[in-house]
Amino acid sequence: MPAISRSLSRVAGPVMGLAGVVVLFAVLRPETFLSVYNLQTIAAQTVIVGLGAIGMTFVIVSGGIDLSAGSAIALSSVVTALALREGAAPSAAMAGGAAAGLALGILNGVLITRLRLAPFIVTLGTMGMARGFAKYLAEEQKIDAPAAWLTAIMAKSPSPEWLLVAPGTWAMAIVAAMMAFVLGRTVFGIHTYAIGSSEATARLCGVRVPRTKIIIYALAGFFAGLAGVMQFARITVGDPTTAIGKELDIIAAVVIGGTSLSGGTGGIGGSLVGAFFMSVLANGCTLTGVPNYVQEIVIGAIIVAAVAIDRLRQPLEAGS
Amino acid sequence: MPPAGHDVVLQMIGIEKRFGPVQALRGVDLDVRRGEVHALVGENGAGKSTLMKILSGALVADAGEMRLDDARYAPADPLDARRRGVAMIYQELSLAPHLTVAENIVLGREPGRMGVVDRRAMQAAVARALAWIDDEDLRPDVPVATLAPGARQLVEVARALAGDARVVVMDEPTSSLSGRETARLFAVIERLRARGVGIVYISHFLEEVRRVAQRYTVLRDGRTVDTRDVPVDDSDEAFVPRVIEAMAGRSLDAAYPRVAHTAGEVVLAIEDLAGVRRPTSATLALRRGEIVGIAGLVGAGRTEMLRALFGLDPVRSGRVRLGARTRSGATPHERLAEGMGLLSEDRAGEGLAQGLSIADNVTLSRPPARLGLISRRERQRVTMAQAGRLALRYRDAGQAVRELSGGNQQKVAIARLLHHDVDVLLVDEPTRGIDVATKAEIYRLLGELAANGKAILFVSSYLPELLGVCDRIAVMTRGRLGPARPVGEWTEAALLEAATVGAA
Repeated sequence: MPAISRSLSRVAGPVMGLAGVVVLFAVLRPETFLSVYNLQTIAAQTVIVGLGAIGMTFVIVSGGIDLSAGSAIALSSVVTALALREGAAPSAAMAGGAAAGLALGILNGVLITRLRLAPFIVTLGTMGMARGFAKYLAEEQKIDAPAAWLTAIMAKSPSPEWLLVAPGTWAMAIVAAMMAFVLGRTVFGIHTYAIGSSEATARLCGVRVPRTKIIIYALAGFFAGLAGVMQFARITVGDPTTAIGKELDIIAAVVIGGTSLSGGTGGIGGSLVGAFFMSVLANGCTLTGVPNYVQEIVIGAIIVAAVAIDRLRQPLEAGS
Repeated sequence: MPPAGHDVVLQMIGIEKRFGPVQALRGVDLDVRRGEVHALVGENGAGKSTLMKILSGALVADAGEMRLDDARYAPADPLDARRRGVAMIYQELSLAPHLTVAENIVLGREPGRMGVVDRRAMQAAVARALAWIDDEDLRPDVPVATLAPGARQLVEVARALAGDARVVVMDEPTSSLSGRETARLFAVIERLRARGVGIVYISHFLEEVRRVAQRYTVLRDGRTVDTRDVPVDDSDEAFVPRVIEAMAGRSLDAAYPRVAHTAGEVVLAIEDLAGVRRPTSATLALRRGEIVGIAGLVGAGRTEMLRALFGLDPVRSGRVRLGARTRSGATPHERLAEGMGLLSEDRAGEGLAQGLSIADNVTLSRPPARLGLISRRERQRVTMAQAGRLALRYRDAGQAVRELSGGNQQKVAIARLLHHDVDVLLVDEPTRGIDVATKAEIYRLLGELAANGKAILFVSSYLPELLGVCDRIAVMTRGRLGPARPVGEWTEAALLEAATVGAA
């Protein structure tokens, strides 16, 4: 199937990149990098950016951007902690955190479509608004809450042991598979690609562009909210100042995963590969004692390279 | 070509230009004298715009030579052309709205040293340019955004003058001007002539050409077919018919396969439809099994009428009855559901999502799906069926549309309408930029659709195809749609006259 081989070729670059860094650190630090505990750590560390990247992929494929994801994570972690402190059941607290993200996403979508503003501007605004609102809710403090079984979600060494990696990692993988299906195989998914490829064409073909966009941003908010719940589970406090700049990591994961910032192409699988790539790089740099600033420089350079490759590939495809 | 007289400022000799399969210019000759307004006329698509883009350095000719004041002239880009003294006054104005009149006039060639603008030199240059315009409304320190269209046009002229233009090109300069503004522009043109500037004046309005130009050149199918003096005697009534004949020129050829079809009941009734700017008034009844053509000049409001009908642009007033339902406005989503489809004139930007696959583009308006889940097999099947029906040349259904040629892209856009199975087709310039063989296929297909009881509204700037394909034709002039008459009552000359004699 040519369609499949093409989608494979799109993921091939990021997968090779991921394999490259894994081999690199496996050679440099064989005993520590490849230890079970370290691999479990990487798997758990990928969950937050990975979940955020699932929603962000929809947004970027549709030609948009969501800068409020980091603030959504903080807001959601605060809401989750508050709910637990007030005695809510852990599952209800989780739902509350996700709902906070969902609400922010709907707000983004409504503002973008009703005011016809650029997503960059709207989400830049709501990034500040959500962050401020989280601080208001938390009264500018970290909120300790009884985390109950929520901490187990992000436990690096899971119990039961046969799970191999944290339940949160499994949850991310399952949700990613579902969303890959939604993006790749449903009418909503093809409408997302169509809007990103050419909004005018989507309109011409009767796609209800505003409605579809609101759903896209709502999804992105929901997954950022879910990532916030995971953030709470990891640090067991609701922190309104957490995840500052996390939206950029999430966007970077999506872009490294082969989704074009100009919209119309890309997929969830690549974004997850991108998320793993980022956490392997961070983990490996720590193990090899590479200072933090080198890490930042390297990741920045890789983002530029990923986008440049994307740009170079386009006329190539057009000419073939 | 005889050697140029010393009064010739610009010579274009044997200019040729090809865009992919389309030969836009096949050897155009044009010479412009000092102090002359030289009108360039021709049907839409005759090659006027391409020729002027070559003159202004936006395009490079494949063959031919240009001479400016008897020196070789081959501009590298528009800025180079301006430095050599060739200035364009664009149809779509190219001013920076936030900057002042003065800043716009010197934009790109600000006098100064090491990046610091010499304000005094700038003011002097602006004052010199504005003195030529001599218009009290035009003060150097007002932002361009606050000016009326006519005044903005004069700013463009002033910009050309500040660059010491030897040749000024004006492309439909009066299309957005009021009568008073037009008179003012003509006065400025007279002053330019007195200064010895050569002016290339593009216009569809022949009465205007007669009023302002001294000579004219007719382009047809990318060739110069006639260059003559504009009769000085105002009563020369042979002028307009002679120019129209030169513009139209060819006869109906056998390139229009006809499929027998008969008109049934009315499916689309448009009553006094008006858009935001255009159309101003359109009334028309379209029947099943009928192809109705809409002729008119570019900018007359034909595309805007289709867009308002389909719900892409807002409707200001009027009513549209489609099938059993009457309303004024609707969304494209609703129109598609009611059985109306639009083939966009902008194939690259709107008609098709260039980065998506053929299959996605064909099925985008109605994906084969159950409960929101797309059936890939069904999508593949319907795409291949439509591709077969239209003899699409492609590699596989997953191929991106941008890899296809123009004609094959258009077939994909048409395949979408066929797949959606719409009853009323609004087709806007369906054969623009398409090779002759594919054109004939599209004409045949439109006939077959009509024979199957579809109703087709066919907008085209290419008159022979309207005459060859349509059952009735209506002409739109400056936003107003005329009555649809049987095709037998029209000739090319009559259509051109109806389109051009709403004149300035």
